[in-house]
Amino acid sequence: MNVQLIGRHDLVRATPAARSTILDVEDLHVSFPGRLGRREVVRGISFTIGAGEILAIVGESGSGKSVTARALVGLAGPGAKQRARALSLSGHDGETHSLNGLTERQWSKIRGREIGFVLQDALVSLDPLRTIGREVGEPLLTHRLVPRTEIGAEVETLLARVGIPDPAVRAAQYPHELSGGLRQRALIASALAARPRLLIADEPTTALDVTVQQQILDVFQALARAGHGILLITHDLAVAAQLADRIAVMQNGELVETGPAREVLRKPRHAYTQRLLSAVPSAATRGRWLSTQGARPGKPQPPEGGEPILALRDIAVRFTRPDRGVTNAADGVSLTVFSGETLGIVGESGSGKTTIGKVALASRKPDQGEALFRGLAWSSLSERQRRPLRRHIQTIVQDPLNSFDPRYTVRRIVEQPLRLHTALGKGDRQARVEELLRLVNLPTEVLDRRPATLSGGQRQRVSIAQALASEPDLLICDEPVSALDVTTQAQVLDLLIALQHRLGLAMLFISHDLGVIRHMSDRIAVMKDGVIVETGPADAVFDAPQHAYTRRLLAAVPRL
Amino acid sequence: MSLALDIVARVRNGGGRAGHAWRAPGLVAPLAFVLLLVAAAAVPHWFTALAPDAVDTDAILLPPGLAHWFGTDQLGRDVFTRVVHGTSQSLGIGLGATLIGCAGGVLLGTAAGLAPPMLQRLLVRLIDILLAFPEILLALLIIAVLGRGPANTLLAVGLSSIAGYARLVRSQVLRVWQSGYVEHAVSLGESTPAIIARHVVPNAIRPLVVLATIGVGNAVLSASALSFIGLGVVPPAAEWGALLADGRNFLDTAPWISFLPATVVAASVIAITILGRRLQLLLSQGGQP
Repeated sequence: MNVQLIGRHDLVRATPAARSTILDVEDLHVSFPGRLGRREVVRGISFTIGAGEILAIVGESGSGKSVTARALVGLAGPGAKQRARALSLSGHDGETHSLNGLTERQWSKIRGREIGFVLQDALVSLDPLRTIGREVGEPLLTHRLVPRTEIGAEVETLLARVGIPDPAVRAAQYPHELSGGLRQRALIASALAARPRLLIADEPTTALDVTVQQQILDVFQALARAGHGILLITHDLAVAAQLADRIAVMQNGELVETGPAREVLRKPRHAYTQRLLSAVPSAATRGRWLSTQGARPGKPQPPEGGEPILALRDIAVRFTRPDRGVTNAADGVSLTVFSGETLGIVGESGSGKTTIGKVALASRKPDQGEALFRGLAWSSLSERQRRPLRRHIQTIVQDPLNSFDPRYTVRRIVEQPLRLHTALGKGDRQARVEELLRLVNLPTEVLDRRPATLSGGQRQRVSIAQALASEPDLLICDEPVSALDVTTQAQVLDLLIALQHRLGLAMLFISHDLGVIRHMSDRIAVMKDGVIVETGPADAVFDAPQHAYTRRLLAAVPRL
Repeated sequence: MSLALDIVARVRNGGGRAGHAWRAPGLVAPLAFVLLLVAAAAVPHWFTALAPDAVDTDAILLPPGLAHWFGTDQLGRDVFTRVVHGTSQSLGIGLGATLIGCAGGVLLGTAAGLAPPMLQRLLVRLIDILLAFPEILLALLIIAVLGRGPANTLLAVGLSSIAGYARLVRSQVLRVWQSGYVEHAVSLGESTPAIIARHVVPNAIRPLVVLATIGVGNAVLSASALSFIGLGVVPPAAEWGALLADGRNFLDTAPWISFLPATVVAASVIAITILGRRLQLLLSQGGQP
């Protein structure tokens, strides 16, 4: 172990451009109290970050990457114990600080001053009752860096540095008055305020749209060029690929592979890295499985020119905002889904894609236009007339926990549609429930558990089993994998495709993730501000986008 | 009753994940007291050999002692025996009234949450008006219409507490009605009455369990108050409030006739309320009932 550690360490040092090291972590352990004694979440990891270098730690949820980041500022969590052979940080004045065994008082001198910390959700991290200016100026006051009278000017300089336009105006505003991208930038500005040399960013772009994400990544890039060392924690390999100089892959509390970004991504040595990389959906993954090796059998071609199973005609949906203004969530949207095919709807948050899904599901009545299901006026039927037909259109949502009655067990959840739409007796229903669980690769042990005790991937499988119980023709999937880790996402996407092949399902697949959309869809509709700006076969839209927005969207996607 | 068993089970199992909420000191005493009350209500003759109405002219207005733990009253009746025998009636009225209150609250609250807008507005106003009056005043009004007696006391206390439960149920019904699983049930093709019966009501009444537990204590107190002012259960029945009223004229010479039963009433209400609060804490910690 020792030899290996030293070896890996030397390897890290040997990377090009002998930069001065800002952070040196050797053999870091973090453990938490658990039911059966202490549980080690970070198990002896070592890495260094040099000036102007961006190191990305990538891993799935529970791998220990966030705990690592928090341990570096002494915030690993309640009951956490951390120890390391060496943990040294080069401060803003070139002095070396040891971060080993600091007291809370000592940590407070390090946090903000020597290490800037940027969290995922800026809306939660910013005090809603303080203006941006006061928030960003806070570290300046705490660490007594600038005289009180000069704080305003200093804050404006900081806001300008992270690319916030009109810094004087923004400084006087409250967090809720800023868009997500601006908020995230303000948070970065507050982390930078005390001029720390090291910046730690924990999933800084996860809550953001792809075009906004691009802007934030540019900010980090500029900061690295200015000499900051940056530790980026992310689950998104593509983000790491775009930003990082070096990538460390974390699994179960250990770094399984560390190296220059290009090398790790092009020639992954560790099996886990290889599995992670091959699970990322993209243009290259069309026609193969994500979770296993090997080509996927071609999809049975649906009969050409048949009647569409779902047709939306000139749909408009309007919401009245609290200020009595009107938002067009959808405006003149027309689209068709044919039996056996997947239509992908892609767009950023607020583009109206979820609203379209709700109209297709008839849980929202359009203010104009109509939805036809197999030529039937689906949206203008009364709920009583629609009820017997509902079995033909089922839905899978991002967070299935929300759509399950919290009192229900998995058995009752999957049984629900069977009770409603079939004449099966109790025994037959049980047999069918078990058959459905097998279909989605769930063990029958979960039958009597409640979804709250299942993992995200398992819940999504329960949701798929329930949707399939009534043998639908059309599945409306609204961000079905957005809350899942990449390997779990791969399994769920593979499952959906396999089921589509077997059962001839049509799918309306809604996602903000262009990679997922490209992997899954036969045809694609791109939405922006309630309007479909472009539609066509998946390859055509991706390879030769016609609309300016589609081109901008595609350009903003980080690539592996 | 089933609640008490549930509590026992939780204490014995250590309560699982939220066990510490039940093992906290200060909980064993109220729990034991409530169990004692339940036993007194079920089998009063285990606690005392005397009859509640047995008049003993040789033992009039005796202070508490070994023979008569709580002393005797002006007719020589044993006060302890009367308290024990009154338990079933007082607790019965408390539980019965709470059941009426909850059932009425669920009906009224659900209707006020899901009815057509006009009716909804009307029902919400009705609930507001009822809440504006003190419960005891409403109970008095009902007694004035129906007349005195144990059954009417139960009804009066129960009906007067409906509004409080209804308001809680309505807010919960509105919350559940907006939830993802109700929308999902619609898209599965469930009918509206089935959704209300299977999803909305069962999920909406979960917080009611806590409020009802505390409500039993309140109902016992309200019933005693009614009896005390002579409008509830009438003497010579051994109801707690009636016992207090009995001793009213002897407060100077024989305070124990009122004081000791009053202590039992107070202890019961406190014990039941503590258990209710603990239940609330347990549920808010994420334990599933």
